[in-house]
Amino acid sequence: MWIKRHKKLRNAGVLGLNERNVSYISRYNKRENFPLVDNKLKTKKAALAVNLPVPELLGVISSPQQLKTLPTLLKDRQSFVIKPARGSGGKGILVISRREGEQFFKPSGALLTTNAIRHYVSNILSGVYSLGGKPDVALIETLVRGDQLLDKYSHEGLPDIRIIVFQGFPIMAMLRCPTSNSDGKANLHQGAVGVGLDITRGTALKAVQHDKVISHHPDTGIKFADLAIPNWRKLLQLAGHCHDFTELGYLGCDIVLDKNRGPLILEVNARPGLFIQIASGVGLRSRLQNIENLMQKDWHVDSRIDYAMTHFSSNTKAN
Amino acid sequence: MSSRAQVYLLALVFISAGIGLTLYKNLALNFPLSPGSLTRVWDVEAKVTFWATQQPIIVDLALPQSQDAYQVLDETFASSGYGFDIRNGDEQRRATWTRRNAGGQQTLYYKLKIARQGTSPTPSAPPTADQTPDKLIWTPAQESTAATLIAQARTLSANPSSFATQLLKLLKQHESIKSSHSLNDPRKRISQANLALQLLSRAEVASHIVRGISLADRVHNQTATELVEIYDDKNWYIIDPVKASFGLPKDFFIWQRGGDSLLQLEGGRRSKIRFSFIANDLPSKNIALMHAEEPNSALIDFNIYSLPVEKQAVFKLLLLVPIGALVVVLFRVLIGIRTSGTFMPVLIAMAFMQTTLLTGVGLLTALVIVGLWIRSYLSQLDLLMVSRIAAVLIVVVMLMAVFSVISHKLGLEQMLNMTFFPMVILAWTIERLSITWEEDGAREVAVQGLGSLTVAIVAYLAMTNPLVGHLTYNFPELLLAVLGLILLLGQYSGYRLNEFFRFQSAVE
Repeated sequence: MWIKRHKKLRNAGVLGLNERNVSYISRYNKRENFPLVDNKLKTKKAALAVNLPVPELLGVISSPQQLKTLPTLLKDRQSFVIKPARGSGGKGILVISRREGEQFFKPSGALLTTNAIRHYVSNILSGVYSLGGKPDVALIETLVRGDQLLDKYSHEGLPDIRIIVFQGFPIMAMLRCPTSNSDGKANLHQGAVGVGLDITRGTALKAVQHDKVISHHPDTGIKFADLAIPNWRKLLQLAGHCHDFTELGYLGCDIVLDKNRGPLILEVNARPGLFIQIASGVGLRSRLQNIENLMQKDWHVDSRIDYAMTHFSSNTKAN
Repeated sequence: MSSRAQVYLLALVFISAGIGLTLYKNLALNFPLSPGSLTRVWDVEAKVTFWATQQPIIVDLALPQSQDAYQVLDETFASSGYGFDIRNGDEQRRATWTRRNAGGQQTLYYKLKIARQGTSPTPSAPPTADQTPDKLIWTPAQESTAATLIAQARTLSANPSSFATQLLKLLKQHESIKSSHSLNDPRKRISQANLALQLLSRAEVASHIVRGISLADRVHNQTATELVEIYDDKNWYIIDPVKASFGLPKDFFIWQRGGDSLLQLEGGRRSKIRFSFIANDLPSKNIALMHAEEPNSALIDFNIYSLPVEKQAVFKLLLLVPIGALVVVLFRVLIGIRTSGTFMPVLIAMAFMQTTLLTGVGLLTALVIVGLWIRSYLSQLDLLMVSRIAAVLIVVVMLMAVFSVISHKLGLEQMLNMTFFPMVILAWTIERLSITWEEDGAREVAVQGLGSLTVAIVAYLAMTNPLVGHLTYNFPELLLAVLGLILLLGQYSGYRLNEFFRFQSAVE
């Protein structure tokens, strides 16, 4: 039975965690490039330096003394997001979507006072959400208002698009839709829906929640099969640029669609997960090897995207 | 050279060096690969008590020596407030405790570790003049009784040994009848062995007293047993004066052979000596090395055995850590079990080694659950993280104290070892699990908690395996092989076991 399963996974070209770590992350991602993507503040600055769109930064709180400036920073903000610079896997993100004077509301309707927010920020500073408990800084950003087209595929939170980029070529993508189960977070562990996307068109391949295939969003009841991401080529270009400014060979780029500003780079991940294979129903290995076997180096972003769009569509199977 | 080739080369070198050295030690130096036969080791404790009378005190105790059937491995003396010295006489070793002034009940301890060994009788020296005991002054009636007994025994026997046996039998019969002309003085009771000695010296048979103890597991407050040893021009024979039987009783450890009394006391009254025993079964190899005089090889000399005994015990534990690490690597790389904190399970497994498995698992679960509950309350108090973790730490320590006291009252002594739980790590684990709970849900906490526990239990089972313990302790070079294996696993790029299930839906 084990041999049969092993064979099946091998033939489907499914990439395992060990192989991802040994053959891709440690081989194509240089250690010195990790700090840039592990710190969201650095990522944001680097992206801005090459004119890539990111959510607007309202302020940074980097020491307990600066906590005093928090009320001034939030002075007339009706909505904002607070996140730790070093939070891994979307940990420690606080979204405030509405405000009435000194009362702040999360998208779920939960109420927070200024003091509670101050405490939350001080927790971030002491490193509760960072790997190994290292001291951290807190970023305050504008709240991204989701594109209406995608709004119906999510409950409370904002859906984001994860694109795996290998040596600058976007090779696989998925949409992560928050559900009531996942508490408005695009966290697949907690029950967000992963929707595999066709890399050529940005249309849905299949949708998976908790490792099970589903056809409709559990909260909104909208069918995933009709889903198509607007401006798909623009998204792939952003993802391709991520490779250029981070210098990572194997990365996951998280993009959100803003109602007004269009696609924005949320963060870059040097160790992207493998759930994307389940959501897409395709293994990563054949695509990775396809890129590895290319003779020509130093492609322009547009030609890389053309290549990906022509080569990584046929072997996806529609569901 | 590519990094992959380097890893393979290093792993090959480490593994072959580790296994090669092990085989060399096994084949050339005769270190057994398996724990092998066990030898019974006794922990004997002699407790000397007396009543001090505010005078200078001298306590003089005969000490045992290695003998035919037993080997003395280690001895310790506990005597706070006393000066202490060991005198090595021609025949005997004696310990002397001295003190200028003391009053009230006094207790002195002498502990030794002895192991049974093969009996290879050592030729013992013929008796010397000073070994004959002083003759007691007997009444004329007693003297004539003694003469009668000796004459009777002489007619009933053929040689010194049979004479001694017969004499002891007659003495026993005589003393059992409570007659007025008993050889024993009613006011000053003399032991059967001493009476026998008096008779034997009157019959001019060389003899002395042998004092010793009958070893039995978990026996307390035993008194010393006295036997009589006689010399028949060639050999010494031991006779039990009460049973009048030949030879050493079973499991008998000779404490003192000939000489003065076992215990002498000046400056006190009511002196008593009592013995307690505990038996352990230890691998023969360890005992042989404990007593090895000179290591015959650089490999042994440059080894853990050359360290002091208590440091060896620490290393015995430390050498098991790589085995725990190997278990963690296997579980994470080959199986894909998620744990909370990478090597936390190894620390937990080491704690289990002190508490035993079931108590350990129970305690750990209780500590973590109570800790998580308290942490969930603390999170409402808006504390800074460092204070919060410190608070959890203090609560963990207090819980341990409470559990310890309760378990002690209930008589569950192994629970007292819970102080071996890594408290700081536990507090961090509780903090980490509680954040995981908030961010990823209770299911993830259960997965990680059970994962950690499973790995810890397997690591515990591997680390307590007698064969594993024997191999890591006696063949530390095997750690090189473990290192090589771990390097190889670091290059493993195949699927993890759980991925067969996880990616099932991706391929269907």
